[in-house]
Amino acid sequence: MVSGDRSMVPAELPGLDPAWSRLVTAVDSEGVERTWHVLDTAGTDTGAPDTAGPSGYAGTLLCVHGNPTWAYLWRHLLARFSQPDAPPWRVVAVDHLDMGFSERTGTVRPLAQRIADLGTVTDALGLTGPVVTVGHDWGGVISLGWALRHADQLRGVVLTNTAVHQPAGSPAPTLIRLARLPGILPAATVSTQAFLRATLALANPPLPESVRNGYLAPYRTPRRRAAIGGFVEDIPLTPEHPSWSALTEVAQGLDRLAEIPALLLWGPRDPVFGAAHLRDLRGRLPQAKLHRFEGAGHLLAEDADVAGAVVRWLADLDRPTPNPVRSPSPEPAVPWRPLWAALAERAEDRSVALVELAQGGRQVSWALLWRRIREIAAGLSASGVRRGDRVALLVPPGADLTAAVYACLRIGAVIVVADPGLGLAGMNRALRAADPAHLLAVGRGLAVARALRWPGRRFGAGAGAAMLGVTTLGRLARIGAGSPELPPAPGPDDDAAVLFTSGSTGPAKGAVYTHRQLAAMRDALSALGLDPKAGIVAAFAPFALFGPALGATSAIPDMKLTAPRTLTAAALAEAAVAVDASAVFAAPAALRNVVETGNALDDRQRAALANVELLLSAGAPVPAVLLAQAQALMPGAQPHTPYGMTEVLPVTDVTLDEIVKAGRGDGVCVGRPVPGVEVAIAALDPTGTPAEQPGSAAGVTGVTGEIMVRAGHVKDRYDALWLTERTSSRNPGWHRTGDVGYLDPDGRLWVQGRLAHVLTTPDGVLTPVGIEQDVESLPQIGRAAAVGVGPRGVMQLVVVAETRPPVRRAGPAEPKLADAVRAVTGLPVAAVLVVPTLPTDIRHNSKIDRSRLGRWAERVLGGGRPGGL
Amino acid sequence: MGGTGARGRKARRIVKILVTGASGMLGGAVATALTLRGDRVRVLQRRPASLPGVEEQRGDITDPAAVSVAVDGVDAVVHLAAKVSMTGPWSQFQRINIGGTATLLDAARDAGVTRFVQVSSPSVAHHGAGLVGVGADPADPDRARGNYARSKASAELLALAADSAGFAAVAVRPHLVWGPGDTQLVARIVERARSGRLALVGRGTALIDTTYVGNAAEAIVAALDRAAEIDVHGRAFVVSNGEPRMVAELVDRICAAAGVTPPRLRVPVAVAKAGGSVVERLWSSLGRTEEPPMTRFLAEQLSTAHWFDQRTTREALRWSPTVSLDEGFARLAAAYRAS
Repeated sequence: MVSGDRSMVPAELPGLDPAWSRLVTAVDSEGVERTWHVLDTAGTDTGAPDTAGPSGYAGTLLCVHGNPTWAYLWRHLLARFSQPDAPPWRVVAVDHLDMGFSERTGTVRPLAQRIADLGTVTDALGLTGPVVTVGHDWGGVISLGWALRHADQLRGVVLTNTAVHQPAGSPAPTLIRLARLPGILPAATVSTQAFLRATLALANPPLPESVRNGYLAPYRTPRRRAAIGGFVEDIPLTPEHPSWSALTEVAQGLDRLAEIPALLLWGPRDPVFGAAHLRDLRGRLPQAKLHRFEGAGHLLAEDADVAGAVVRWLADLDRPTPNPVRSPSPEPAVPWRPLWAALAERAEDRSVALVELAQGGRQVSWALLWRRIREIAAGLSASGVRRGDRVALLVPPGADLTAAVYACLRIGAVIVVADPGLGLAGMNRALRAADPAHLLAVGRGLAVARALRWPGRRFGAGAGAAMLGVTTLGRLARIGAGSPELPPAPGPDDDAAVLFTSGSTGPAKGAVYTHRQLAAMRDALSALGLDPKAGIVAAFAPFALFGPALGATSAIPDMKLTAPRTLTAAALAEAAVAVDASAVFAAPAALRNVVETGNALDDRQRAALANVELLLSAGAPVPAVLLAQAQALMPGAQPHTPYGMTEVLPVTDVTLDEIVKAGRGDGVCVGRPVPGVEVAIAALDPTGTPAEQPGSAAGVTGVTGEIMVRAGHVKDRYDALWLTERTSSRNPGWHRTGDVGYLDPDGRLWVQGRLAHVLTTPDGVLTPVGIEQDVESLPQIGRAAAVGVGPRGVMQLVVVAETRPPVRRAGPAEPKLADAVRAVTGLPVAAVLVVPTLPTDIRHNSKIDRSRLGRWAERVLGGGRPGGL
Repeated sequence: MGGTGARGRKARRIVKILVTGASGMLGGAVATALTLRGDRVRVLQRRPASLPGVEEQRGDITDPAAVSVAVDGVDAVVHLAAKVSMTGPWSQFQRINIGGTATLLDAARDAGVTRFVQVSSPSVAHHGAGLVGVGADPADPDRARGNYARSKASAELLALAADSAGFAAVAVRPHLVWGPGDTQLVARIVERARSGRLALVGRGTALIDTTYVGNAAEAIVAALDRAAEIDVHGRAFVVSNGEPRMVAELVDRICAAAGVTPPRLRVPVAVAKAGGSVVERLWSSLGRTEEPPMTRFLAEQLSTAHWFDQRTTREALRWSPTVSLDEGFARLAAAYRAS
């Protein structure tokens, strides 16, 4: 029986439509009549179905809250699915008995009873069509219990921060353990609001008081809170617990859901459910799409756009796009050649493969390198590193890292590479996201890993690590030398690497590459004009890894590769001397320092640099002036600056000559696609939204849009970022770069900035890079950034600049400078602010953090103080 | 004017328009613009307006007799007369701004007027927080800041409520109108800068929209012409130059135009607000009638962003500013040089 005639829900709670609220009365499995409170988008005051009627729905989202929340947790989902453009799914969010605004029965209801209760409600509601369960916390278990009993109508499962099993070795969640200390439980959960308030305090950002009051509304008195204690008591931590078998049944039943679409939405900042629980769930639901919302926590539905994620996921369910088989990109003409092939081919070669210039220098021959790789591979294998296991590598570029990388790849372990340039916080996020099973680090890395409790079994590299008592590369090699049998090599479509982006546009993202894709990256790099017989100076981390794969002798200069600015001209020259280098790779920041220290070179060093034929600088836009200055030190070299990103590198390439020939334009000229790469433009509309489909090459000349790339060396997917992946690969075979630019009539690509930094003004769309170049052409300006303030569509253009000489504190520019900026850009610049230094990303030290700057400008121009940039 | 072409001008019947408050800078500009295009203009105000070619009637907007004489025989009304001040007792604002508007609306409807433009202010919808790229939110007498804004909010609601078939009412809200002859914003800044008493609130980085007087007048004329159109009558439109600037830059430009040294003094926002309140009370208790140097309202105005989404206004009124800020400052400078 369904009745909707009365409700105890307060008339006004933020985000809650009172029309959703209704009561459902039914006889439970013990034969007692009970009354549940539910929120239901099909509910009305009369209890009758809404206009569309249940038959108008594609199905029902059955939302199940945990402890100590109530159906209010799902209000954003109800609201989103009440909008006309939402998929036609009904949303029903049930308050458990004794929770929320459901009846207070005074009974203790263990897990099995809770699952049965949910079935009673859905029967009473007459939910017969397809159902997607949506669960949180303990409600996740209950929803899965329901799912297993209603397999015939189950369309999918959505889980947010929950667990079905307490993984061995991981301590029970602190909150729960504390709450269950003898004598604490009733005090924490029932007689006071402590547990309730502690849970609500987990929201990030903090909940507004009105929302917090919404959560507290049904739990104002100890009597109304009784079940909060009951729920905590019902968590089985040992097999003796009465709910142990029910929980085990749910956990073990999940393999029966293998064919059921599943979506895991996760907030990593959760002291209740952590990485171990997520790992356990992924193991049980391997088919699940996973999106980790960086920065979000336990109350995920409060912290992140869960509703938006569910809408997209349902859209994919209802409209199954034929998921292209792996690698829709043009197949390489040549068969897959493993990344280690060049090394294996030179197994007998006693000539130098790798030279480290740091700390007195070290040389490794091809033969020794390959032998070490095989020994370490065998050692890792003997130590339990399995194919598909992730191994985080926190080792600076050099012989050790090279050996470790290729050893991992050879046995099918997946390398996780996060640049220390991300900073500690960034590294921390990256490693938690990638969740490696093993972690191989130098002494300092091990110390940090221990301090920050990074996941993964430890291995060490170098003397510092040996002292910490972990198994080192040397020990692994000795183990491997004793049992040289290697497991079979991985296949081309197995995962090979997780590479992290620089994080200059939000939290760093992990990009997963397969072996085929990594090999394609090697081949694309080789197509930039590398002669395998030549020596290269690898002063740029990615190239330090690829040198051996390219078959080129590599020298790693004496510098911190993660801090490009530490490369001096002399260090570069010494590396060139060591391998008789014909090619040099250096990040722009490194090149800048080389140019600045060029005077210190002696004749021998100058002569070595004069032999360089190819100078590659990548990682961030490289000003032509800088390339020209570098060329002055390497007069025989043609400078190139490839364009690309962690997700696909390289995309295009351009020489200094070509840049000069192209002249000034509205952006940075990055040249033409390298062989095997296709570039397309998805034109922006006046709201700054890129077209769903790329324009034809002829039709898009001069049109600004999102840059799309198709190539064999595009990443396979983003790691644990299903939503991001869905956006970036929504055009099958293409990668949406998130960069904006245009193609000129000569087929050259011009980059104009990030899609997220496009300004939508009343006069149309503006892109930042061209404006910044114009401003930077003023003699009194150092670097400049163009950002927008105000709402989309009516943004005002603001220029933030460093002056020469720099100002001591941030503030409005003098009128004369503002006039000059307006004149040189020819645009309606609302404000010109001057700052001592612009914020840049840590890794490249050259990409201006426009997002941060935009937020700062928004605050300052709103009347805030100009400090705190 | 306002997009009306030569053909439109020829075709238009000569109409008679009442402009109230024409002794002010904006009222004078509206009356002059209407006169110049051939409309017959009558003005109503207490002080002499001294506008050429305009039929002048002296009188108080709160005096029903004077008002009904003023609206006699006119087709349209542009209502600018108001008490514009940052201080003063509520009763005065109520009597002049609310009562005056009510009197005028009644008289106008009785006299068969068909179009009514209420000149209002964006402050009628301003609750004290910054306004960043917003449109014309509904006037809110309960939450608007200060007596002026609250009374103007009520007046605007009255005017728009009077909108009906045969009586097209529209509200135009120009933001911070300035120009040559401005005795409010410009003259005060210049006068204080001259005497070294001008201080910027905070660093003066709040982004603020302003309106050059000629543009505001054209927008009002455009609203008058389009008052009966479906997407115009009964609605309020914020009008600005659409070129927001930081307060510091505006002050610098105005001082430069007047040939005075821009301020070097800076007053922290909190101090300005607190100080503003004290000065406000003190000023009133002293019975002073001229404007006090700083009020809490002004401190808020000068320390939070105020700029607007002009898209709806420009589309509906088919109007856009013809004088840029730079051109406006040049004209201001010329006016100062001439005086």
